[in-house]
Amino acid sequence: MNRNLILGTLLSCLFLFAALVSFVWTPFDHTALDIPNKLKSPYADHLLGTDHFGRDILSMIMVGARTSIAVALVAVGIGMGLGVPLGLWAAARRGSLLDEVIMRGNDLVFAFPSLVIAILITAIFGAGAINAIIAIGIFNIPVFARITRGAALSLWQREFILAARVAGKSAARISAEHILPNVTNLLIVQGTIQFSLGILAEAGLSYVGLGAQPPTPSWGRMLADAQTMVSIAPHMALVPGFAIILTVLGLNLMGDGLRDYLDPRLRVARA
Amino acid sequence: MLRYAFKRLLSLFLSLVVASVVIFTVIEIAPGDPASFMLGMNAQPETLDALRQELGLDVPKVQRYFSWVGGMLSGDFGTSYTYRTPVAQMVADRLWVSLPLAIYALVLSTFVAFPAGIYAASRRGQAGDLSVMGATQLGVAIPNFWFAMILVLIFAINLRWFSAGGFVGWDAGFWVGVHALTLPAIALALPQAAILARVMRSSLLDVMGEDFMRTARAKGLSARQALWRHGLRNALIPVLTIIGLQFSFLLAGSIIIEQVFYLPGLGRLVFQSISARDLIVVESVVMLLVFSVIAVNFIVDLAYAAVDPRLRTRT
Repeated sequence: MNRNLILGTLLSCLFLFAALVSFVWTPFDHTALDIPNKLKSPYADHLLGTDHFGRDILSMIMVGARTSIAVALVAVGIGMGLGVPLGLWAAARRGSLLDEVIMRGNDLVFAFPSLVIAILITAIFGAGAINAIIAIGIFNIPVFARITRGAALSLWQREFILAARVAGKSAARISAEHILPNVTNLLIVQGTIQFSLGILAEAGLSYVGLGAQPPTPSWGRMLADAQTMVSIAPHMALVPGFAIILTVLGLNLMGDGLRDYLDPRLRVARA
Repeated sequence: MLRYAFKRLLSLFLSLVVASVVIFTVIEIAPGDPASFMLGMNAQPETLDALRQELGLDVPKVQRYFSWVGGMLSGDFGTSYTYRTPVAQMVADRLWVSLPLAIYALVLSTFVAFPAGIYAASRRGQAGDLSVMGATQLGVAIPNFWFAMILVLIFAINLRWFSAGGFVGWDAGFWVGVHALTLPAIALALPQAAILARVMRSSLLDVMGEDFMRTARAKGLSARQALWRHGLRNALIPVLTIIGLQFSFLLAGSIIIEQVFYLPGLGRLVFQSISARDLIVVESVVMLLVFSVIAVNFIVDLAYAAVDPRLRTRT
Protein backbone atom coordinates (compact mmCIF):
# COMPACT_ATOMS: atom_id res chain seq x y z
CA MET A 1 0.00 0.00 0.00
CA ASN A 2 1.21 3.51 -0.65
CA ARG A 3 0.48 6.91 0.81
CA ASN A 4 -1.42 8.20 -2.23
CA LEU A 5 -3.75 5.25 -2.21
CA ILE A 6 -4.52 5.51 1.51
CA LEU A 7 -5.01 9.28 1.53
CA GLY A 8 -7.04 9.18 -1.68
CA THR A 9 -9.27 6.36 -0.51
CA LEU A 10 -9.89 8.08 2.82
CA LEU A 11 -10.88 11.34 1.12
CA SER A 12 -13.13 9.62 -1.42
CA CYS A 13 -14.75 7.47 1.25
CA LEU A 14 -15.43 10.53 3.38
CA PHE A 15 -17.68 11.97 0.68
CA LEU A 16 -19.18 8.62 -0.23
CA PHE A 17 -20.00 8.18 3.46
CA ALA A 18 -21.52 11.69 3.63
CA ALA A 19 -23.66 10.90 0.60
CA LEU A 20 -24.86 7.59 2.05
CA VAL A 21 -25.59 9.07 5.48
CA SER A 22 -27.61 11.87 3.86
CA PHE A 23 -30.24 9.28 2.87
CA VAL A 24 -31.10 8.64 6.52
CA TRP A 25 -29.83 11.70 8.37
CA THR A 26 -28.72 15.27 7.78
CA PRO A 27 -28.16 17.88 10.52
CA PHE A 28 -31.08 19.90 9.14
CA ASP A 29 -33.64 19.46 6.41
CA HIS A 30 -31.64 20.63 3.38
CA THR A 31 -34.69 22.41 1.94
CA ALA A 32 -35.81 24.07 5.19
CA LEU A 33 -35.71 27.86 4.91
CA ASP A 34 -34.69 29.87 7.96
CA ILE A 35 -34.56 33.49 6.83
CA PRO A 36 -33.65 35.02 10.25
CA ASN A 37 -30.49 32.90 10.23
CA LYS A 38 -29.49 33.55 6.64
CA LEU A 39 -25.87 34.04 5.47
CA LYS A 40 -24.46 32.98 8.84
CA SER A 41 -20.77 32.06 8.86
CA PRO A 42 -19.97 28.67 10.33
CA TYR A 43 -20.89 28.45 14.03
CA ALA A 44 -21.99 25.84 16.58
CA ASP A 45 -25.54 25.28 15.25
CA HIS A 46 -24.66 25.30 11.56
CA LEU A 47 -21.18 23.83 11.33
CA LEU A 48 -20.61 25.08 7.78
CA GLY A 49 -22.88 28.12 7.99
CA THR A 50 -26.10 28.93 6.17
CA ASP A 51 -26.89 30.23 2.68
CA HIS A 52 -28.96 33.21 1.52
CA PHE A 53 -32.19 31.39 2.44
CA GLY A 54 -30.86 30.24 5.80
CA ARG A 55 -30.52 26.65 4.59
CA ASP A 56 -27.89 24.56 6.37
CA ILE A 57 -24.87 24.28 4.08
CA LEU A 58 -23.54 21.07 5.65
CA SER A 59 -26.83 19.32 4.89
CA MET A 60 -26.82 20.65 1.33
CA ILE A 61 -23.24 19.47 0.84
CA MET A 62 -24.18 16.00 2.04
CA VAL A 63 -27.19 15.71 -0.25
CA GLY A 64 -25.20 17.37 -3.06
CA ALA A 65 -22.53 14.68 -2.74
CA ARG A 66 -25.28 12.23 -3.68
CA THR A 67 -25.98 14.10 -6.94
CA SER A 68 -22.32 14.46 -7.86
CA ILE A 69 -21.45 10.85 -7.15
CA ALA A 70 -24.54 9.47 -8.87
CA VAL A 71 -24.04 11.53 -12.04
CA ALA A 72 -20.32 10.77 -12.30
CA LEU A 73 -20.78 7.08 -11.49
CA VAL A 74 -23.48 6.48 -14.10
CA ALA A 75 -21.50 8.50 -16.67
CA VAL A 76 -18.45 6.29 -16.09
CA GLY A 77 -20.76 3.26 -16.34
CA ILE A 78 -22.00 4.42 -19.75
CA GLY A 79 -18.45 5.08 -20.92
CA MET A 80 -17.22 1.67 -19.78
CA GLY A 81 -20.32 -0.22 -20.84
CA LEU A 82 -20.06 1.00 -24.42
CA GLY A 83 -16.40 1.95 -24.73
CA VAL A 84 -14.85 -1.29 -23.48
CA PRO A 85 -16.76 -3.61 -25.87
CA LEU A 86 -16.02 -1.23 -28.76
CA GLY A 87 -12.33 -1.23 -27.88
CA LEU A 88 -12.25 -5.02 -27.57
CA TRP A 89 -14.09 -5.39 -30.87
CA ALA A 90 -11.74 -3.00 -32.67
CA ALA A 91 -8.70 -4.85 -31.30
CA ALA A 92 -10.09 -8.25 -32.28
CA ARG A 93 -10.57 -7.02 -35.85
CA ARG A 94 -7.44 -4.85 -35.86
CA GLY A 95 -6.52 -3.30 -39.17
CA SER A 96 -9.94 -3.96 -40.64
CA LEU A 97 -12.40 -1.37 -41.87
CA LEU A 98 -14.41 -1.86 -38.67
CA ASP A 99 -11.39 -0.96 -36.56
CA GLU A 100 -10.85 2.14 -38.67
CA VAL A 101 -14.50 3.20 -38.38
CA ILE A 102 -14.56 2.74 -34.60
CA MET A 103 -11.35 4.66 -34.06
CA ARG A 104 -12.25 7.51 -36.42
CA GLY A 105 -15.62 7.71 -34.68
CA ASN A 106 -13.74 8.07 -31.41
CA ASP A 107 -11.64 10.89 -32.81
CA LEU A 108 -14.80 12.62 -33.89
CA VAL A 109 -16.37 12.46 -30.43
CA PHE A 110 -13.11 13.82 -29.04
CA ALA A 111 -13.41 16.78 -31.39
CA PHE A 112 -16.62 17.83 -29.64
CA PRO A 113 -15.51 19.30 -26.33
CA SER A 114 -17.63 17.61 -23.62
CA LEU A 115 -19.26 20.86 -22.68
CA VAL A 116 -20.34 21.40 -26.28
CA ILE A 117 -21.94 17.93 -26.28
CA ALA A 118 -23.72 18.85 -23.07
CA ILE A 119 -24.94 22.10 -24.54
CA LEU A 120 -26.24 20.33 -27.63
CA ILE A 121 -28.04 17.71 -25.55
CA THR A 122 -29.59 20.24 -23.22
CA ALA A 123 -30.59 22.32 -26.22
CA ILE A 124 -32.68 19.39 -27.41
CA PHE A 125 -33.93 17.72 -24.28
CA GLY A 126 -33.65 20.54 -21.76
CA ALA A 127 -31.48 20.80 -18.67
CA GLY A 128 -31.42 18.09 -16.03
CA ALA A 129 -29.35 15.52 -14.20
CA ILE A 130 -30.17 12.75 -16.69
CA ASN A 131 -29.00 14.82 -19.64
CA ALA A 132 -25.85 15.80 -17.79
CA ILE A 133 -25.18 12.09 -17.28
CA ILE A 134 -25.67 11.36 -20.98
CA ALA A 135 -23.42 14.25 -22.01
CA ILE A 136 -20.59 13.24 -19.69
CA GLY A 137 -21.13 9.56 -20.50
CA ILE A 138 -20.85 10.06 -24.27
CA PHE A 139 -17.55 11.79 -23.78
CA ASN A 140 -16.31 8.84 -21.69
CA ILE A 141 -16.97 6.27 -24.44
CA PRO A 142 -13.94 7.09 -26.64
CA VAL A 143 -11.69 7.33 -23.60
CA PHE A 144 -12.43 3.75 -22.60
CA ALA A 145 -12.56 2.47 -26.18
CA ARG A 146 -9.13 3.88 -26.88
CA ILE A 147 -7.31 2.54 -23.83
CA THR A 148 -9.03 -0.85 -24.11
CA ARG A 149 -8.01 -1.16 -27.75
CA GLY A 150 -4.46 -0.06 -27.04
CA ALA A 151 -3.97 -2.58 -24.25
CA ALA A 152 -5.79 -5.34 -26.09
CA LEU A 153 -3.67 -4.88 -29.22
CA SER A 154 -0.48 -5.75 -27.37
CA LEU A 155 -2.18 -8.66 -25.60
CA TRP A 156 -3.24 -10.17 -28.94
CA GLN A 157 0.45 -10.61 -29.76
CA ARG A 158 1.10 -12.74 -26.69
CA GLU A 159 1.64 -16.51 -26.63
CA PHE A 160 -1.24 -17.35 -24.33
CA ILE A 161 -3.64 -15.74 -26.78
CA LEU A 162 -2.07 -17.74 -29.58
CA ALA A 163 -2.63 -20.87 -27.47
CA ALA A 164 -6.29 -19.95 -27.02
CA ARG A 165 -6.64 -19.45 -30.78
CA VAL A 166 -5.03 -22.81 -31.47
CA ALA A 167 -7.49 -24.31 -29.01
CA GLY A 168 -10.20 -23.07 -31.37
CA LYS A 169 -11.72 -20.29 -29.33
CA SER A 170 -13.51 -17.55 -31.26
CA ALA A 171 -12.26 -13.96 -31.21
CA ALA A 172 -15.26 -12.98 -29.11
CA ARG A 173 -14.55 -15.66 -26.51
CA ILE A 174 -10.87 -14.80 -26.37
CA SER A 175 -11.76 -11.13 -25.88
CA ALA A 176 -14.13 -11.95 -23.04
CA GLU A 177 -12.14 -14.71 -21.32
CA HIS A 178 -8.53 -13.68 -21.83
CA ILE A 179 -8.25 -10.06 -22.95
CA LEU A 180 -10.81 -8.46 -20.66
CA PRO A 181 -9.43 -9.86 -17.37
CA ASN A 182 -6.01 -8.59 -18.37
CA VAL A 183 -7.14 -5.04 -19.00
CA THR A 184 -9.29 -4.79 -15.85
CA ASN A 185 -6.58 -3.10 -13.78
CA LEU A 186 -6.11 -0.47 -16.40
CA LEU A 187 -9.86 0.10 -16.59
CA ILE A 188 -10.16 0.49 -12.83
CA VAL A 189 -7.44 3.13 -12.79
CA GLN A 190 -8.92 4.99 -15.77
CA GLY A 191 -12.38 4.64 -14.24
CA THR A 192 -11.22 6.43 -11.11
CA ILE A 193 -9.78 9.28 -13.16
CA GLN A 194 -12.90 9.59 -15.33
CA PHE A 195 -14.97 9.53 -12.16
CA SER A 196 -13.12 12.59 -10.85
CA LEU A 197 -13.44 14.34 -14.22
CA GLY A 198 -17.15 13.51 -14.14
CA ILE A 199 -17.53 15.23 -10.78
CA LEU A 200 -15.80 18.33 -12.16
CA ALA A 201 -17.94 18.24 -15.31
CA GLU A 202 -21.17 17.84 -13.32
CA ALA A 203 -20.19 20.80 -11.15
CA GLY A 204 -19.48 22.89 -14.25
CA LEU A 205 -22.73 21.95 -15.95
CA SER A 206 -24.89 22.62 -12.92
CA TYR A 207 -23.01 25.87 -12.35
CA VAL A 208 -24.18 27.16 -15.74
CA GLY A 209 -27.65 25.75 -15.06
CA LEU A 210 -27.47 22.74 -17.37
CA GLY A 211 -27.19 20.10 -14.63
CA ALA A 212 -29.47 18.96 -11.82
CA GLN A 213 -32.46 21.28 -11.44
CA PRO A 214 -33.86 22.68 -8.20
CA PRO A 215 -34.79 21.47 -5.64
CA THR A 216 -32.13 18.75 -6.10
CA PRO A 217 -29.06 20.26 -4.45
CA SER A 218 -25.79 20.11 -6.34
CA TRP A 219 -22.39 21.55 -5.59
CA GLY A 220 -22.20 23.40 -8.88
CA ARG A 221 -25.49 25.20 -8.33
CA MET A 222 -24.54 26.06 -4.76
CA LEU A 223 -21.54 27.84 -6.29
CA ALA A 224 -23.74 29.63 -8.81
CA ASP A 225 -25.93 30.87 -5.92
CA ALA A 226 -22.83 31.89 -4.02
CA GLN A 227 -21.48 34.04 -6.84
CA THR A 228 -23.56 37.14 -6.10
CA MET A 229 -23.06 36.68 -2.36
CA VAL A 230 -19.32 36.14 -2.46
CA SER A 231 -18.38 39.51 -0.99
CA ILE A 232 -20.75 39.28 2.01
CA ALA A 233 -20.71 35.52 2.63
CA PRO A 234 -17.49 34.00 1.24
CA HIS A 235 -18.14 30.72 3.05
CA MET A 236 -21.01 30.06 0.62
CA ALA A 237 -18.43 29.80 -2.16
CA LEU A 238 -15.60 28.31 -0.15
CA VAL A 239 -17.45 25.31 1.30
CA PRO A 240 -18.82 23.74 -1.92
CA GLY A 241 -15.53 24.59 -3.64
CA PHE A 242 -13.53 22.69 -1.05
CA ALA A 243 -15.99 19.79 -1.26
CA ILE A 244 -15.36 19.51 -5.01
CA ILE A 245 -11.59 19.95 -4.69
CA LEU A 246 -11.22 17.37 -1.92
CA THR A 247 -13.37 14.79 -3.72
CA VAL A 248 -11.54 15.22 -7.02
CA LEU A 249 -8.16 15.29 -5.30
CA GLY A 250 -9.06 12.13 -3.36
CA LEU A 251 -10.13 10.30 -6.51
CA ASN A 252 -7.02 11.38 -8.43
CA LEU A 253 -4.71 10.30 -5.62
CA MET A 254 -6.61 7.03 -5.42
CA GLY A 255 -6.17 6.55 -9.18
CA ASP A 256 -2.43 7.23 -9.00
CA GLY A 257 -2.09 4.98 -5.97
CA LEU A 258 -4.10 2.19 -7.59
CA ARG A 259 -1.98 2.37 -10.73
CA ASP A 260 1.17 1.85 -8.68
CA TYR A 261 -0.45 -0.81 -6.55
CA LEU A 262 -2.03 -2.81 -9.38
CA ASP A 263 0.96 -2.73 -11.69
CA PRO A 264 3.30 -5.43 -10.37
CA ARG A 265 6.21 -4.18 -12.48
CA LEU A 266 6.20 -0.85 -10.66
CA ARG A 267 5.99 -2.65 -7.32
CA VAL A 268 9.02 -4.76 -8.04
CA ALA A 269 10.91 -1.71 -9.23
CA ARG A 270 10.20 0.04 -5.98
CA ALA A 271 11.02 -2.86 -3.66
CA MET B 1 5.37 14.03 -46.38
CA LEU B 2 2.97 15.09 -49.14
CA ARG B 3 1.29 11.70 -49.12
CA TYR B 4 0.91 11.87 -45.37
CA ALA B 5 -0.49 15.41 -45.54
CA PHE B 6 -2.98 14.31 -48.19
CA LYS B 7 -4.19 11.36 -46.12
CA ARG B 8 -4.62 13.56 -43.07
CA LEU B 9 -6.43 16.16 -45.14
CA LEU B 10 -8.85 13.51 -46.39
CA SER B 11 -9.63 12.36 -42.87
CA LEU B 12 -10.03 15.98 -41.80
CA PHE B 13 -12.56 16.48 -44.55
CA LEU B 14 -14.47 13.30 -43.65
CA SER B 15 -14.55 14.29 -39.97
CA LEU B 16 -15.99 17.67 -40.86
CA VAL B 17 -18.69 16.14 -43.07
CA VAL B 18 -19.76 13.69 -40.37
CA ALA B 19 -19.63 16.38 -37.69
CA SER B 20 -21.81 18.71 -39.75
CA VAL B 21 -24.39 15.96 -40.39
CA VAL B 22 -24.48 15.07 -36.68
CA ILE B 23 -24.89 18.68 -35.58
CA PHE B 24 -27.55 19.40 -38.18
CA THR B 25 -29.53 16.26 -37.28
CA VAL B 26 -29.30 16.92 -33.56
CA ILE B 27 -30.54 20.49 -33.94
CA GLU B 28 -33.29 19.37 -36.34
CA ILE B 29 -34.78 16.90 -33.88
CA ALA B 30 -34.77 19.52 -31.12
CA PRO B 31 -38.33 20.17 -30.03
CA GLY B 32 -39.68 23.68 -30.34
CA ASP B 33 -40.42 25.49 -33.58
CA PRO B 34 -38.42 28.72 -33.82
CA ALA B 35 -41.26 30.43 -35.68
CA SER B 36 -43.88 29.71 -33.02
CA PHE B 37 -41.37 30.59 -30.32
CA MET B 38 -40.80 33.99 -31.89
CA LEU B 39 -44.44 34.81 -32.45
CA GLY B 40 -45.72 33.60 -29.11
CA MET B 41 -48.72 31.46 -28.18
CA ASN B 42 -51.45 33.44 -29.92
CA ALA B 43 -49.92 33.52 -33.38
CA GLN B 44 -52.21 32.99 -36.37
CA PRO B 45 -51.42 29.92 -38.49
CA GLU B 46 -51.03 32.14 -41.59
CA THR B 47 -48.46 34.38 -39.88
CA LEU B 48 -46.59 31.30 -38.67
CA ASP B 49 -46.45 29.91 -42.20
CA ALA B 50 -45.27 33.22 -43.57
CA LEU B 51 -42.50 33.45 -40.99
CA ARG B 52 -41.44 29.86 -41.59
CA GLN B 53 -41.20 30.63 -45.26
CA GLU B 54 -39.20 33.77 -44.55
CA LEU B 55 -36.76 31.87 -42.29
CA GLY B 56 -36.46 29.13 -44.88
CA LEU B 57 -37.95 26.50 -42.56
CA ASP B 58 -40.45 25.25 -45.15
CA VAL B 59 -37.99 23.62 -47.56
CA PRO B 60 -37.06 19.92 -47.22
CA LYS B 61 -34.44 19.07 -44.59
CA VAL B 62 -31.84 17.69 -47.01
CA GLN B 63 -32.00 20.85 -49.07
CA ARG B 64 -31.62 22.93 -45.89
CA TYR B 65 -28.58 20.92 -44.85
CA PHE B 66 -26.87 21.60 -48.14
CA SER B 67 -27.71 25.28 -48.15
CA TRP B 68 -26.40 25.52 -44.56
CA VAL B 69 -23.11 23.82 -45.43
CA GLY B 70 -22.81 25.64 -48.75
CA GLY B 71 -23.44 28.93 -47.02
CA MET B 72 -20.79 28.26 -44.40
CA LEU B 73 -18.26 27.41 -47.07
CA SER B 74 -18.82 30.79 -48.67
CA GLY B 75 -18.73 32.58 -45.32
CA ASP B 76 -22.50 32.94 -45.01
CA PHE B 77 -23.59 31.39 -41.71
CA GLY B 78 -27.24 32.32 -42.13
CA THR B 79 -29.28 34.96 -40.38
CA SER B 80 -30.12 34.88 -36.69
CA TYR B 81 -33.84 34.25 -36.09
CA THR B 82 -34.03 36.62 -33.14
CA TYR B 83 -31.54 39.37 -33.91
CA ARG B 84 -32.13 39.38 -37.68
CA THR B 85 -28.40 39.98 -38.20
CA PRO B 86 -26.00 37.72 -40.09
CA VAL B 87 -24.67 34.95 -37.80
CA ALA B 88 -21.20 35.42 -39.27
CA GLN B 89 -21.19 39.01 -38.02
CA MET B 90 -22.34 38.01 -34.52
CA VAL B 91 -19.78 35.21 -34.34
CA ALA B 92 -16.99 37.48 -35.55
CA ASP B 93 -17.82 40.05 -32.86
CA ARG B 94 -17.81 37.43 -30.12
CA LEU B 95 -14.70 35.76 -31.45
CA TRP B 96 -12.79 38.92 -30.65
CA VAL B 97 -13.39 38.11 -27.00
CA SER B 98 -13.21 34.31 -26.90
CA LEU B 99 -10.19 33.80 -29.12
CA PRO B 100 -7.90 36.33 -27.39
CA LEU B 101 -9.04 34.86 -24.06
CA ALA B 102 -8.12 31.31 -25.13
CA ILE B 103 -4.77 32.45 -26.55
CA TYR B 104 -3.99 34.55 -23.47
CA ALA B 105 -4.72 31.53 -21.27
CA LEU B 106 -2.62 29.26 -23.49
CA VAL B 107 0.33 31.65 -23.26
CA LEU B 108 -0.04 31.99 -19.49
CA SER B 109 -0.26 28.25 -18.93
CA THR B 110 2.78 27.62 -21.13
CA PHE B 111 4.81 30.28 -19.32
CA VAL B 112 4.00 28.75 -15.95
CA ALA B 113 4.14 25.10 -16.96
CA PHE B 114 7.47 25.06 -18.82
CA PRO B 115 9.66 26.33 -15.98
CA ALA B 116 7.68 24.32 -13.42
CA GLY B 117 8.03 21.11 -15.42
CA ILE B 118 11.72 21.65 -16.15
CA TYR B 119 12.41 22.51 -12.52
CA ALA B 120 10.58 19.40 -11.27
CA ALA B 121 12.34 17.12 -13.76
CA SER B 122 15.76 18.45 -12.86
CA ARG B 123 15.07 17.84 -9.17
CA ARG B 124 13.44 14.46 -9.57
CA GLY B 125 12.39 12.89 -6.26
CA GLN B 126 13.55 15.88 -4.23
CA ALA B 127 11.46 18.32 -2.23
CA GLY B 128 11.21 20.76 -5.17
CA ASP B 129 9.82 18.06 -7.44
CA LEU B 130 7.35 16.85 -4.83
CA SER B 131 6.01 20.32 -4.16
CA VAL B 132 5.56 21.10 -7.85
CA MET B 133 3.80 17.76 -8.36
CA GLY B 134 1.62 18.38 -5.30
CA ALA B 135 0.69 21.79 -6.69
CA THR B 136 -0.28 20.24 -10.03
CA GLN B 137 -2.49 17.67 -8.27
CA LEU B 138 -4.28 20.57 -6.66
CA GLY B 139 -4.36 22.45 -9.97
CA VAL B 140 -6.27 19.72 -11.77
CA ALA B 141 -8.69 19.27 -8.85
CA ILE B 142 -9.76 22.92 -8.64
CA PRO B 143 -12.80 23.72 -10.80
CA ASN B 144 -11.73 26.75 -12.82
CA PHE B 145 -15.03 28.59 -12.44
CA TRP B 146 -14.65 28.34 -8.66
CA PHE B 147 -11.07 29.56 -8.92
CA ALA B 148 -12.42 32.45 -10.98
CA MET B 149 -14.83 33.40 -8.18
CA ILE B 150 -12.02 33.34 -5.64
CA LEU B 151 -9.87 35.50 -7.93
CA VAL B 152 -12.73 37.99 -8.18
CA LEU B 153 -13.13 37.97 -4.41
CA ILE B 154 -9.44 38.67 -3.81
CA PHE B 155 -8.31 40.83 -6.71
CA ALA B 156 -11.50 42.60 -7.74
CA ILE B 157 -13.56 42.98 -4.56
CA ASN B 158 -10.86 43.26 -1.90
CA LEU B 159 -7.79 44.62 -3.66
CA ARG B 160 -9.68 46.38 -6.49
CA TRP B 161 -6.87 45.71 -8.97
CA PHE B 162 -9.22 44.38 -11.63
CA SER B 163 -12.88 44.73 -12.45
CA ALA B 164 -15.13 41.85 -11.47
CA GLY B 165 -16.36 41.27 -14.98
CA GLY B 166 -17.52 42.71 -18.27
CA PHE B 167 -15.56 43.73 -21.30
CA VAL B 168 -15.51 47.17 -22.87
CA GLY B 169 -14.02 46.02 -26.15
CA TRP B 170 -10.70 46.52 -27.88
CA ASP B 171 -11.61 50.03 -29.04
CA ALA B 172 -10.77 51.31 -25.56
CA GLY B 173 -7.18 50.30 -26.13
CA PHE B 174 -5.16 47.11 -26.27
CA TRP B 175 -3.98 47.15 -22.66
CA VAL B 176 -7.44 47.95 -21.35
CA GLY B 177 -8.67 44.81 -23.08
CA VAL B 178 -5.77 42.71 -21.83
CA HIS B 179 -6.38 44.03 -18.31
CA ALA B 180 -10.05 43.01 -18.46
CA LEU B 181 -9.17 39.52 -19.70
CA THR B 182 -6.41 38.88 -17.15
CA LEU B 183 -8.45 37.32 -14.33
CA PRO B 184 -10.49 35.14 -16.74
CA ALA B 185 -7.31 34.01 -18.46
CA ILE B 186 -5.64 33.08 -15.16
CA ALA B 187 -8.69 31.09 -14.11
CA LEU B 188 -8.83 29.35 -17.47
CA ALA B 189 -5.11 28.63 -17.51
CA LEU B 190 -4.88 27.00 -14.08
CA PRO B 191 -5.87 23.39 -14.83
CA GLN B 192 -4.14 23.47 -18.22
CA ALA B 193 -0.91 24.70 -16.64
CA ALA B 194 -1.06 21.87 -14.11
CA ILE B 195 -1.55 19.24 -16.82
CA LEU B 196 1.12 20.76 -19.06
CA ALA B 197 3.68 20.90 -16.23
CA ARG B 198 3.12 17.20 -15.56
CA VAL B 199 3.53 16.31 -19.23
CA MET B 200 6.63 18.50 -19.51
CA ARG B 201 8.17 16.82 -16.47
CA SER B 202 7.52 13.23 -17.52
CA SER B 203 8.55 13.90 -21.12
CA LEU B 204 11.83 15.42 -19.94
CA LEU B 205 12.45 12.49 -17.60
CA ASP B 206 11.93 10.10 -20.53
CA VAL B 207 14.37 12.03 -22.67
CA MET B 208 16.95 12.26 -19.89
CA GLY B 209 17.17 8.47 -19.86
CA GLU B 210 18.09 8.37 -23.56
CA ASP B 211 21.51 7.36 -24.84
CA PHE B 212 22.16 10.64 -26.64
CA MET B 213 21.85 12.44 -23.33
CA ARG B 214 24.52 10.21 -21.85
CA THR B 215 26.67 10.93 -24.91
CA ALA B 216 26.18 14.65 -24.39
CA ARG B 217 27.30 14.33 -20.78
CA ALA B 218 30.27 12.15 -21.80
CA LYS B 219 31.24 14.84 -24.28
CA GLY B 220 31.71 17.09 -21.29
CA LEU B 221 28.48 19.05 -21.12
CA SER B 222 27.13 19.76 -17.67
CA ALA B 223 23.72 18.33 -16.76
CA ARG B 224 22.23 21.77 -17.26
CA GLN B 225 23.84 22.28 -20.67
CA ALA B 226 22.79 18.83 -21.85
CA LEU B 227 19.23 19.55 -20.73
CA TRP B 228 19.03 22.88 -22.54
CA ARG B 229 20.80 21.88 -25.75
CA HIS B 230 19.52 18.36 -26.33
CA GLY B 231 16.92 17.40 -23.77
CA LEU B 232 14.42 20.19 -24.14
CA ARG B 233 14.09 20.07 -27.90
CA ASN B 234 13.35 16.35 -27.87
CA ALA B 235 11.00 16.58 -24.92
CA LEU B 236 8.86 19.16 -26.70
CA ILE B 237 7.19 16.73 -29.11
CA PRO B 238 4.61 15.24 -26.71
CA VAL B 239 4.22 18.65 -25.11
CA LEU B 240 3.19 20.16 -28.46
CA THR B 241 0.43 17.57 -28.88
CA ILE B 242 -0.95 18.37 -25.47
CA ILE B 243 -0.91 22.09 -26.26
CA GLY B 244 -2.90 21.34 -29.41
CA LEU B 245 -5.42 19.27 -27.48
CA GLN B 246 -5.64 21.93 -24.81
CA PHE B 247 -6.82 24.47 -27.31
CA SER B 248 -10.15 22.67 -27.46
CA PHE B 249 -10.39 22.50 -23.68
CA LEU B 250 -9.63 26.21 -23.50
CA LEU B 251 -12.34 27.07 -26.02
CA ALA B 252 -14.86 24.91 -24.18
CA GLY B 253 -13.65 26.11 -20.81
CA SER B 254 -14.03 29.71 -21.88
CA ILE B 255 -17.76 29.03 -22.32
CA ILE B 256 -18.10 28.61 -18.55
CA ILE B 257 -15.55 31.26 -17.58
CA GLU B 258 -17.38 33.79 -19.75
CA GLN B 259 -20.43 33.19 -17.57
CA VAL B 260 -18.47 33.96 -14.42
CA PHE B 261 -17.06 37.23 -15.76
CA TYR B 262 -20.04 38.26 -17.92
CA LEU B 263 -17.81 38.39 -20.98
CA PRO B 264 -19.63 38.83 -24.30
CA GLY B 265 -17.93 35.86 -25.96
CA LEU B 266 -19.04 32.82 -27.95
CA GLY B 267 -20.14 30.97 -24.82
CA ARG B 268 -22.65 33.60 -23.81
CA LEU B 269 -23.86 33.77 -27.39
CA VAL B 270 -24.56 30.03 -27.33
CA PHE B 271 -26.43 30.18 -24.03
CA GLN B 272 -28.52 33.16 -25.11
CA SER B 273 -29.31 31.48 -28.40
CA ILE B 274 -30.38 28.23 -26.75
CA SER B 275 -32.82 30.00 -24.47
CA ALA B 276 -34.17 32.03 -27.39
CA ARG B 277 -34.40 28.87 -29.58
CA ASP B 278 -32.20 30.67 -32.08
CA LEU B 279 -31.00 27.34 -33.40
CA ILE B 280 -29.20 28.57 -36.50
CA VAL B 281 -26.78 30.42 -34.22
CA VAL B 282 -26.26 27.37 -31.96
CA GLU B 283 -25.73 25.19 -35.03
CA SER B 284 -23.14 27.48 -36.58
CA VAL B 285 -21.23 28.24 -33.39
CA VAL B 286 -20.98 24.55 -32.43
CA MET B 287 -19.83 23.70 -35.94
CA LEU B 288 -17.24 26.46 -35.74
CA LEU B 289 -15.94 25.17 -32.39
CA VAL B 290 -15.68 21.62 -33.71
CA PHE B 291 -14.02 22.84 -36.88
CA SER B 292 -11.40 24.76 -34.94
CA VAL B 293 -10.62 21.74 -32.76
CA ILE B 294 -10.26 19.43 -35.76
CA ALA B 295 -8.21 22.01 -37.66
CA VAL B 296 -5.86 22.69 -34.75
CA ASN B 297 -5.23 18.98 -34.27
CA PHE B 298 -4.60 18.64 -37.99
CA ILE B 299 -2.00 21.42 -37.88
CA VAL B 300 -0.36 19.88 -34.79
CA ASP B 301 -0.19 16.51 -36.55
CA LEU B 302 1.46 18.06 -39.59
CA ALA B 303 3.90 20.11 -37.52
CA TYR B 304 4.72 16.94 -35.67
CA ALA B 305 5.40 14.99 -38.86
CA ALA B 306 7.55 17.82 -40.15
CA VAL B 307 9.63 17.74 -36.97
CA ASP B 308 9.86 13.98 -36.64
CA PRO B 309 9.99 12.02 -39.92
CA ARG B 310 9.43 8.72 -38.09
CA LEU B 311 5.84 9.69 -37.46
CA ARG B 312 4.90 9.99 -41.11
CA THR B 313 4.73 6.26 -41.67
CA ARG B 314 2.56 5.71 -38.61
CA THR B 315 -0.90 6.90 -39.54
